[in-house]
Amino acid sequence: MQSGAPTRSAAPADNPPGRRPGAWWLARRVLRLFLYQRELTPVVITVGLFTYFTIKAGSTFTDSLSLSSAAGYAGPIGAIAVGEVLLLVLAEIDLSAGQVFLFAPWVEYWLHNLGLPLVVAILLALVVVCGVGAINGLITVRLNVPSFVTTLAMNFILFGLVLIYSNQTQATPIPLSASNGSPSFASQFMGSWLWAEILWVLTITILGAIMLTQTRFGARIVATGGNLVGAAEAGVPVRRVKVWCFVLCSFLAGLVGIVDAVKYGSLDPGNFGVDYILYAVGACVIGGTALTGGRGTVVGAFIGAILIGILEDGLTLIGVSTNDFYVWVGVVIIFAMALNVQFDRLIARSRGT
Amino acid sequence: MSVQPAEPLPPAPASSQPALEVRGVTKRFGALVVLQGIDLALRQGEVLGLVGDNGAGKSTLVKILSGFHQQDAGDVLVAGKRVRFHSVAAARAHGIETVYQDLALIPQLPVYQNLFLGHEVTRLGPLRILDKSAMRQLSRRYLDEIKVHVPSVDAEAEQLSGGQRQAVAVARAVRAAPKILLLDEPLAAMGARESRLIIELVKDLASSGRVSIIVIDHNYAHLFELCDRINVMQGGRITIDQPVHETSLEQLTELMVSSFRRQLGEA
Repeated sequence: MQSGAPTRSAAPADNPPGRRPGAWWLARRVLRLFLYQRELTPVVITVGLFTYFTIKAGSTFTDSLSLSSAAGYAGPIGAIAVGEVLLLVLAEIDLSAGQVFLFAPWVEYWLHNLGLPLVVAILLALVVVCGVGAINGLITVRLNVPSFVTTLAMNFILFGLVLIYSNQTQATPIPLSASNGSPSFASQFMGSWLWAEILWVLTITILGAIMLTQTRFGARIVATGGNLVGAAEAGVPVRRVKVWCFVLCSFLAGLVGIVDAVKYGSLDPGNFGVDYILYAVGACVIGGTALTGGRGTVVGAFIGAILIGILEDGLTLIGVSTNDFYVWVGVVIIFAMALNVQFDRLIARSRGT
Repeated sequence: MSVQPAEPLPPAPASSQPALEVRGVTKRFGALVVLQGIDLALRQGEVLGLVGDNGAGKSTLVKILSGFHQQDAGDVLVAGKRVRFHSVAAARAHGIETVYQDLALIPQLPVYQNLFLGHEVTRLGPLRILDKSAMRQLSRRYLDEIKVHVPSVDAEAEQLSGGQRQAVAVARAVRAAPKILLLDEPLAAMGARESRLIIELVKDLASSGRVSIIVIDHNYAHLFELCDRINVMQGGRITIDQPVHETSLEQLTELMVSSFRRQLGEA
């Protein structure tokens, strides 16, 4: 059993001598706010970065093309991160989600080339990626293979499938992409409009956040990740919850993968999913999710993705080499994780007042 | 589900069929035989104490009765009817609630969500949106009623003391208004004041006569205070079955020692 012993010293008194009670009280309130609203820290940092780049790069940073390119960068990462958070809360991980993101539009492309109507091809592609998630989940819970390994293997399998069936040649133009003339509404909706992808991700984020914090399923995710045995004893179907989250993570990655492909209009078989997934996990961490299970925030993951996007775009615009970008991403991730762990400890220490 | 007419007759009415009966239940994990033919009867409204060494199989028996494990052979009867639980939910449907040794609280969930874990109050039908304000309010009222004090129902379980957590775990089981309550070391690692709270809670519940209770504990003083009858488990069997009012602490200890010697002699 962890902690539990009532030997810990009492929380600091409200009014320690020598301090003005008002300031002390305020400081505690602010700390509490940051402690329980994990998204607040990355929001502050993101706003700070935004302000910094706006001052440094001026209107070039704030014009819509530049912002949309930041959003374009944040979109895929955000979509994958939102699904990933659910698994991180479960103390699991899906390393294949990045490859699923790349795989889904290929499936759609192949099915469409076989003569299936576009809508059917898209829906079937989504069913296929859900299947991928189900396989990830079932192997993990039934065969007790750690999800790190299951999904790492799945990443290679999907990458190989793309290479095999694409003959290692690019696919272009792909269905719905705005290659010729003015794009249709469907095309705009599915990604060719400048802001379509980020709006998809924003919608997913809002729905995901509601699901995790406000529904019974969300409570079951937290319970399963926070205390696996305890949750099972309390009647939570922990395996089913896990499998569903793998399915959901794959589904979201695949859905936005299709949107992203329509946006860029071509598919490159050489893209490797691990590149995406590592940023996505980074975004989750930056957003306030520790990888210890039981805690996590969907909104935070989205903000983490935005932060990475702004960092990438801003550094480029103020003329810093892209190489510096990687150093900064690394620094931010470590800083964020250290903060997450310390915040978790502070929560555990405070006697819930 | 046949509901027994509630007879508030403290102490335990020795009438009718047992609330819960176990006949020849065996359980093995791989090569390890944990239970080798358990026979046990829990009478209506009775508090039955279960004692025995670590590894005697007490917790395994409880986990079978609560649907967490399934027995290899033997029968479990609830109110005279044979049942087989394939899940915790199935046992619950028969009115069996359990407080486990390893505390099924979720550290990261607030007290009120822990109290309702597995019995959440939800809105909007299939969307299953948690009705948090209703659960908060019900939790507050309920904890007040049974005199369990927590800093706040919004505090995360992680922030409670060991005793408070234990109290919440017991409260959760009791709140579900079970017919049969299984308590696996509910007083482990608790301070005197907190133990007292749980003991009074269980006594209140028992005196209503509506709930039949099995308690596992290592503290004989607690068991003697709580129980109507004590069963001793040794090596996967029940070796002693004694009503408390016919037994003294010394007698019980003596019985256990001699029965243990007999077992050693057999082996």
